[in-house]
Amino acid sequence: MTDLILTARMTAHPADSHMIDRFVATGGYSALRKALTELTPEEVKDEVKASNMRGRGGAGFPTGVKWGFLAASEPRYLVVNGDESEPGTFNDRQLMERDPHQLVEGIAISSYALGIGHAFVYIRGEYPRSARRVQRAIEEAYAAGYLGDGILGTDFSLDVTVHLGGGAYICGEETALLNSLEGRRGEPRLKPPFPAVEGLYAKPTIVNNVESISNVPWIVNNSGTSYAAIGPERSAGTKMLSISGHINKPGNHEIIMGMTWRDMIYDLGGGIPDDRALKTWIPGGASAPWFVPEEHLDTILSIDDVAANGSMIGAGAVVVMDETTNVVAAAHRIVRFFAHESCGQCTPCREGTRWLEDVLKRILDGRGRPEDIDLLLDISDNISPGLSWPPAMTTICPLGPSAVSPVTSITRWFLPEIEAMIAGGGDSDG
Amino acid sequence: MADADQVTITINGIDHVVAAGQLLITAAENIGEIIPRFCHHDKLEPVAKCRMCLVEVEGPRGKALVPSCTMPVSNGMVVDTKSAVVTKAHEGVLEFLLINHPLDCPICDKGGECPLQDQAYAHGPGESRFVEEKRTYLKPLPVSDLVLLDRERCVLCDRCVRVADDIAGDPLLVFTERGNAVQIQTFPDEPFASYFSGNTVQLCPVGALTSVDYRFKARPWDLHHVTSVSLVDTVQSTVDVQTSRGKIVRVYGVENDAVNEGWLSDKDRFVFPAIHADTRVVQPLVRNGERFDKATWGEALEIVASRLGSCKGAEVAAIGGAHNTNEDAFALGKFMRSVIGSAHIDAQIGDGLDARLAAAVTSRARLGDLDAASTILVWGPDLKEVLPVLYLRVRKATRNGATLVVVSPVATGLDSVADHVVRYRAGTGSELLRKLGAGDGDLVGARSALREGPVVALVGRTSLAEDPNLAESIAAFALSLPEAKILPLLERGNVFGALDMGLAPGLLPGRVSVDSQEGVDAIEDAWGPLPDHEGLDAMSILADLVEGDMSALVMVGSDPVSDCPDPQLARAAIEAADFVVAIDAFITDSSVLADVILPAAVWGEVDGTVTNLEGRVQRIRPSLLPAGQSRALHGLLDDIASQMGADLGTSDLAMISKEIASVAPSYAGITIDYLTFAGDPDGVVVPIEDAQQPLVYTPVDRPVPVVTGEFTLHLAASLYDAGVWLSNAAALGDLARSAYVRLHPSDAARRAITPGETIVVSGSHQLPVALDDTVSRGTLVVPHNLEETKGFVATPTVTVDTVRGEE
Ligand SMILES: Cc1cc2nc3c(=O)[nH]c(=O)nc-3n(C[C@H](O)[C@H](O)[C@H](O)COP(=O)(O)O)c2cc1C
Ligand code: SF4
Ligand code: SF4
Ligand code: FES
Repeated sequence: MTDLILTARMTAHPADSHMIDRFVATGGYSALRKALTELTPEEVKDEVKASNMRGRGGAGFPTGVKWGFLAASEPRYLVVNGDESEPGTFNDRQLMERDPHQLVEGIAISSYALGIGHAFVYIRGEYPRSARRVQRAIEEAYAAGYLGDGILGTDFSLDVTVHLGGGAYICGEETALLNSLEGRRGEPRLKPPFPAVEGLYAKPTIVNNVESISNVPWIVNNSGTSYAAIGPERSAGTKMLSISGHINKPGNHEIIMGMTWRDMIYDLGGGIPDDRALKTWIPGGASAPWFVPEEHLDTILSIDDVAANGSMIGAGAVVVMDETTNVVAAAHRIVRFFAHESCGQCTPCREGTRWLEDVLKRILDGRGRPEDIDLLLDISDNISPGLSWPPAMTTICPLGPSAVSPVTSITRWFLPEIEAMIAGGGDSDG
Repeated sequence: MADADQVTITINGIDHVVAAGQLLITAAENIGEIIPRFCHHDKLEPVAKCRMCLVEVEGPRGKALVPSCTMPVSNGMVVDTKSAVVTKAHEGVLEFLLINHPLDCPICDKGGECPLQDQAYAHGPGESRFVEEKRTYLKPLPVSDLVLLDRERCVLCDRCVRVADDIAGDPLLVFTERGNAVQIQTFPDEPFASYFSGNTVQLCPVGALTSVDYRFKARPWDLHHVTSVSLVDTVQSTVDVQTSRGKIVRVYGVENDAVNEGWLSDKDRFVFPAIHADTRVVQPLVRNGERFDKATWGEALEIVASRLGSCKGAEVAAIGGAHNTNEDAFALGKFMRSVIGSAHIDAQIGDGLDARLAAAVTSRARLGDLDAASTILVWGPDLKEVLPVLYLRVRKATRNGATLVVVSPVATGLDSVADHVVRYRAGTGSELLRKLGAGDGDLVGARSALREGPVVALVGRTSLAEDPNLAESIAAFALSLPEAKILPLLERGNVFGALDMGLAPGLLPGRVSVDSQEGVDAIEDAWGPLPDHEGLDAMSILADLVEGDMSALVMVGSDPVSDCPDPQLARAAIEAADFVVAIDAFITDSSVLADVILPAAVWGEVDGTVTNLEGRVQRIRPSLLPAGQSRALHGLLDDIASQMGADLGTSDLAMISKEIASVAPSYAGITIDYLTFAGDPDGVVVPIEDAQQPLVYTPVDRPVPVVTGEFTLHLAASLYDAGVWLSNAAALGDLARSAYVRLHPSDAARRAITPGETIVVSGSHQLPVALDDTVSRGTLVVPHNLEETKGFVATPTVTVDTVRGEE
């Protein structure tokens, strides 16, 4: 595709897209030069705002708007979120491994725009290769004068530090991430104050996802309005999708939103192995409520359309499940993940997620009771009152309500299957 | 119309005008709408972890559930605390909290006074739907020598951690693991050894934290509660003394915001078992050669009366009274001055401050002044060791933005929150004071901080080896600072009350100087003629006893052999005296040398009033009858007086109280009845409005020589010393520190002294050495009053010899 933004270089030069020579030879760091020498920080911010890019970390908050909230006091920090731990997501990994300089350039430009002198990249601990490549790119950039003191002969200076996570999903939540970066327990903070006002070390901080920041060089080179012109109006630009599960072409795809899910699964994803029937899919990572073919196959894949249908694109993880899937087992597996990853600080999430896990396990083990379905839903309701999406919460952060998604999904779409399982004594394969 | 500091909020459809700036949960509580909660506590920063306090608040996108413990009230806020959604959330959270809770209430200390029980009853679902397996842990986990943790009962509210981290500054409790396995833990090999650990037990909203002392001892509904005052130190924290079957079983802090704000030190909280110790003296004892014989009160009083009566007034002295009530102290002063005819009377034991500075310095700070101080100067003992609850208050002030300047020869507990730490070699305080006044060299920062008023200066003696006049000079300097107020630092329970009652050679009751003719006339009108000799202080009394210029000594709850700067002198004095009567509850290093021991009623048994370091008078109330045959001081003195043919008029508490209110000018109007029925429940600071402060004392800059020599001495007090109360208080008894002498590594290197090695200090004490680079060079730090340092004399300089050298 000619219009690829993030993956153009790695597609064209799979062997060395992560090396600085290749990066520079293919136009790398020209956006940084342009920003530093031709644009004021305000103008860079205006471009990003004009791009209408929405944050790629999951919440979909417009990046330019977020940047506008950064408080004026010094020092300020940029923190790049590379914790990518949502089951089903692996696109940030590709961006960090295959085009780390694109990220570094984005960091430098964003820091220039935001008046930041120190940026941090928080990388998932289980991504040693991402960390190595980003670290190496940073060192190369320092050596070549793209980072450090007086970048490209201007008076803009920037240091970038890489930090590896310790293996907790919750540290992807921006304030838990900040705590972790500070050496504290990875627990989400109460908001307000928001990071843009009181973030890292209680200083104003912008937290952005790897993919979000990786888009910034292209925006500066090609203008915000050109970015905004790609794709549907409120889903501007490209989006990395990580496709996995029962699909013929699993992997990362950079797409322009606006296609139908049918096109995505059967075209882009190459359909389902052995032509088995599609049973359900998760449109945006383990947190997201599930879609089913009869309702959603011809709906549009865009941030707003997916939201209107009661789920989310999130970080772009599509998990496809075919007719052979035991949905109770799948739900149990996901709930178990969230229960295990709960930071445990708030009661409904700490107690409720584990309770859901136990009840689902009991059903799988053949000890389910008819009243367990209502129980599952009511426990869920006590974590996420009303069971709507985006969720209302009795919790501090959305992790608790995320754990509810599989439960509401299977009870909504596959109730007879659960009832049958309860009546029939479980499923020992579960 | 609401004014600027008020807002109108609507709760459950009714408008309320409430103070701005408060949290919704508090505002609601103040208007009688109690929102359930676990993690919220007035004195702790909100964490909103339990999620129990959720309410619905209307916002731009409709009603939303928010935790009321983090939500500040704002004008026009519309709140629903009882909607179906809120009720369901409350039930849901309670059910979540209960599913893993063991429901062992019948054997749990908290059962009957448990917020979880109470709120489950009020807001919980009727039944549990949980059929899975409950979480269990090994139990109990001893987090310290004093506190046990039953993790399966814990609701993870974070109160204990916040108390330890934020309030006490001892970050020793932590959450470990995550998700369902989150638990409170200590670090490996690092127990929760905090002087404030008991506060976590009190604040724990369930029975997860229990104290070793109280565990399984009583049920809440069997407890008898009495509001009283701790006499462990001069902060005089307000306490709730709880008894069961005639014994004190638990002491809780009372939220008296003027004083302790609910906090207690572990010494305040856990010292009470000493009252019930079987080592207590509960019957009069009379010396028979090397031993004591039990005697009846009649026999003992007759001996005391005749022996004291056979001396000339000026030959009798009294030391002590600092652990007694104001009424008892008053009776003692009146007894000595009007019955015995002696002015030799001192509540301090050479370890304190000039009595006029302590009792009558103006302007004297109140504890609450710390909250509003811009700068706080602490130049005195280590508050954490000596006045722990005051230490908490200073910490709080720094959290709220006060600048803290700490001056001390050694590191103190407050250093970690201080903006300026000034260290000097022990014995050179006067030189440092001059430099600080001038703001020389590296003192520029500290000096300029002290130019920001209001300044509150906490001034005391850094150690027993420090010249007492230094504090005078520090106070004189402090008074020159902008909007300065002074809080004099003395440690012993009611020493300020005792001084106010005239238990000092130069003071008469009510902060009247013996130099004031008017004051003397007023007292003589009531008591008859006062002694015409000049009174001596404790150290001079001891010296005169040794010299034979005095012959009899009355020790009232005092232990000069352990507590005065020269234990050898104290021992010699008591041995030299013709007659010594100790009025005490224990056999101490001093009372063991007496001729007669009269068993005294103690804290927990006595009634009356006491006065703390800011001059606040509070009611102290008995929970128990005096043990055995023990008696309150005022009554037994009245009996001795009548044996001597005099009418002291102190048999009845109410009579003494009235007499104090009429003859002690700064206590005018302060009777027990006033405090009980009319006064502020937090106590009142004397003098009250229509009374007067007869002695207006302004400290003076007195000459203090700079001490030189190879090693100058810092005799460091510690909270857990070898004092008789602590050694008799079950769990606390084991906590006394081991005696390391500390010195700077470079001093050690110079003398080739190695850590752990034993050295001989001043030729008398063999003690192990620890190196400590926070000690200033040339200073030797010796712990005061531990088993190993008993009898150590507080000389300004000390010699150090190695044991090797003698080989
Ligand atoms: C439980 C939880 C996990 C999250 N994990 C990630 C993550 O792994 N990576 C990420 O970029 N954002 C994650 N987020 C979103 C971040 O909190 C934050 O919104 C995002 O990093 C902001 O970047 P953006 O504005 O560029 O999207 C997570 C959020 C939650 C609640
Ligand atoms: S919802 Fe779960 S992960 Fe989020 S703060 Fe609460 S306990 Fe932690
Ligand atoms: S031990 Fe008590 S105070 Fe500490 S977290 Fe648990 S319930 Fe709260
Ligand atoms: S009391 Fe508000 S969340 Fe705990």
